[in-house]
Amino acid sequence: MNRTFTRGVGAVAAVALLSFGAAACGSDNNDSSSTASVKVGFMGDLTGPNKALGINIRNGAKLAIDQYNATNPKTKITLVEYDSQGDPKQATSLAPKAIEDGIVGLVGPAFSGETADTGAAWQEAGVPFVSASATRVSLSDNSWTTFHRVLADDGFQGPGLANFLVKGASASKIAVVDDASEYGKGLADEAANAIKSGGATVAVRQSVAAEGTTIPNYSSIINTIKGANVDAVLYGGYYAQAGPFAKQLKDGGVTAKFVSGDGSLDPAFVKGAGAAANGSYLSCTCALINAGSTGTAATFYTDYKAAFSADPGTYSPEGFDSATIFINGVKDGKVTRADLLPVVSAASFTGVSKQIAFESNGNIKGGTVLMYKVVDGKITSIGTTDEATS
Amino acid sequence: MSAFLNQFWASTIDGLTQGGIYALVALGYTLVYGVLRLINFAHSEIFMIGTFATVAFITAVGVASPLTGLALLFFLLAAGLVAALASGGAAVLLERIAYRPLRRKGATQLAALISAIGASLFLQQLFSLKYPDAVSTVRVMDKVNLASIGTGVIRADKVLVFVGAVMMMVILDRVVNGTRFGRAIRATAQSPNNATLMGVDIDKVILITFLIGGAMAGIGGMLYVVFFEVTTYFVGFVLGIKAFTAAVLGGIGNLRGALLGGLLLGLIEEYGASIFGSQWKDVIAFSVLVLVLMFRPTGLLGESLGKARA
Repeated sequence: MNRTFTRGVGAVAAVALLSFGAAACGSDNNDSSSTASVKVGFMGDLTGPNKALGINIRNGAKLAIDQYNATNPKTKITLVEYDSQGDPKQATSLAPKAIEDGIVGLVGPAFSGETADTGAAWQEAGVPFVSASATRVSLSDNSWTTFHRVLADDGFQGPGLANFLVKGASASKIAVVDDASEYGKGLADEAANAIKSGGATVAVRQSVAAEGTTIPNYSSIINTIKGANVDAVLYGGYYAQAGPFAKQLKDGGVTAKFVSGDGSLDPAFVKGAGAAANGSYLSCTCALINAGSTGTAATFYTDYKAAFSADPGTYSPEGFDSATIFINGVKDGKVTRADLLPVVSAASFTGVSKQIAFESNGNIKGGTVLMYKVVDGKITSIGTTDEATS
Repeated sequence: MSAFLNQFWASTIDGLTQGGIYALVALGYTLVYGVLRLINFAHSEIFMIGTFATVAFITAVGVASPLTGLALLFFLLAAGLVAALASGGAAVLLERIAYRPLRRKGATQLAALISAIGASLFLQQLFSLKYPDAVSTVRVMDKVNLASIGTGVIRADKVLVFVGAVMMMVILDRVVNGTRFGRAIRATAQSPNNATLMGVDIDKVILITFLIGGAMAGIGGMLYVVFFEVTTYFVGFVLGIKAFTAAVLGGIGNLRGALLGGLLLGLIEEYGASIFGSQWKDVIAFSVLVLVLMFRPTGLLGESLGKARA
């Protein structure tokens, strides 16, 4: 009895020792230089109709992560890209894959439609996600504790646009058109409501959906707009459609001002609109960083240009800041989803794009809406929506 | 309703313009169905190939600014020829690869239909590899306002599309009803076996049918690019279904029906959109398809390619 007991204890002790030893050996077997690495995902449109926007965010995030990895930290970060082409359906099938791949955080999803459709998946898996660009208001109403966004939503952009139109541009009759997407329709609805409360009339309110990359024939909406004799046309949607729509409007003889939101804020809009681009107005709750910037923005501009041989685009600074939030957490030793989430939600620093701090529902604190005008083929800043005039 | 009345002339002009393109593409569907009893689902991609051929031609010629006068006329004729050849050639290849082997083996109609869908997807994805984004072109024709009726403005490029479509239709009608070869087509449509007994080379007839249908779609593609100045690999998808609707509306297998159906569908879409709003455009177009199939499946003018003529 005594001998059997001793043998049993000995056996258990040996097994325990071996298994602890194995576990200790197994924990840092990731690479030969014995630094661990974590995966942070990016989800957005990289090859679809509006890929410029997704690529901008990915590049901004990649810049931040590459800069961090270059400091030879204890835990490196690998950026894993999930190309949804901006399509909510594709995003929904990619989300489970990303979760299975073991990402500890997500920069994105880029568009509101894909965020709306994948949010529940991230929430259930506990993956903190920080979108650099999804602005639909209802996204923060889902009680997703993992949801964050680093730019003000369309609850700011819509009224900002309305303010510019009614006061700055003195428009009294406005046509509001959207592309039937989660983002486009949301922005158009916010703006239309604010226009009405601002005392102007929404003379036309219609949607024209786009099928993939095909440009629809906007003839019927253009005829309606012509008949209503409006001062301005506000389009809620992305640049791939906004450009051709502005062009067809001009060819159809509509002289009203063309105004759109951040989804259209890209040089591709100028290209797609052709002769109709000059004199168009575009808004954003993001800030474009160009050669004339100062301070940290100037450093960001130089670094981005050196890394990607191109100017930073719409949401590049926001992508950079989103990645920085995760980098700060990883630097602090937080390398699991559960550890990162409170750190992400409590983030507080001065980013390249703006002051980063979140409300309890994941929205960024504060929100300035900036207005841009296309002048001589270039997108130039004309101030905030409160100050800008047409 | 007041919007409809206000915009009536504008809607009419735009409806006839868009309808012209539908009609040209519908011709291909109707011809192939009339002769082979096959719905050529890949015809929408034949149209798409015509658009890309036009874009390539514009780039190759190096058009820098809008053309006018004789230069424009020659350009349009040349572009039309190039697009017709490209689309016609693609249609012939399609027939050879996707349909003829099945016909030889005596396969069922269903097999041919599945082959058609497969070919359609294949061509779409093939072009998406090289051209994932929309491809735009320079302006080759100024959009000059010529005249106006009420709120409607008659613009030069709209006139081009409408007149071009009608002209091609008239030419085709003459060919099918007035020439010996046209008689061969009609004979094959009526009864392939009897036609063979009469000495008609069925394979040649089918080949030429695809060629003509494809060429018409190619010209439709050229007009589309001159009008819209943009194309994508996906352009055929919805336009193809609407053109098929137009063919059914007018009477599938009926050439004049294709023209009537196309123009009518264009008008119905525009009028419907002016009453209910642009978001209803596609719903209206497809409702027309459903209603026609339910209440008058032979279409407005009935099937006639295979009907006996005095």
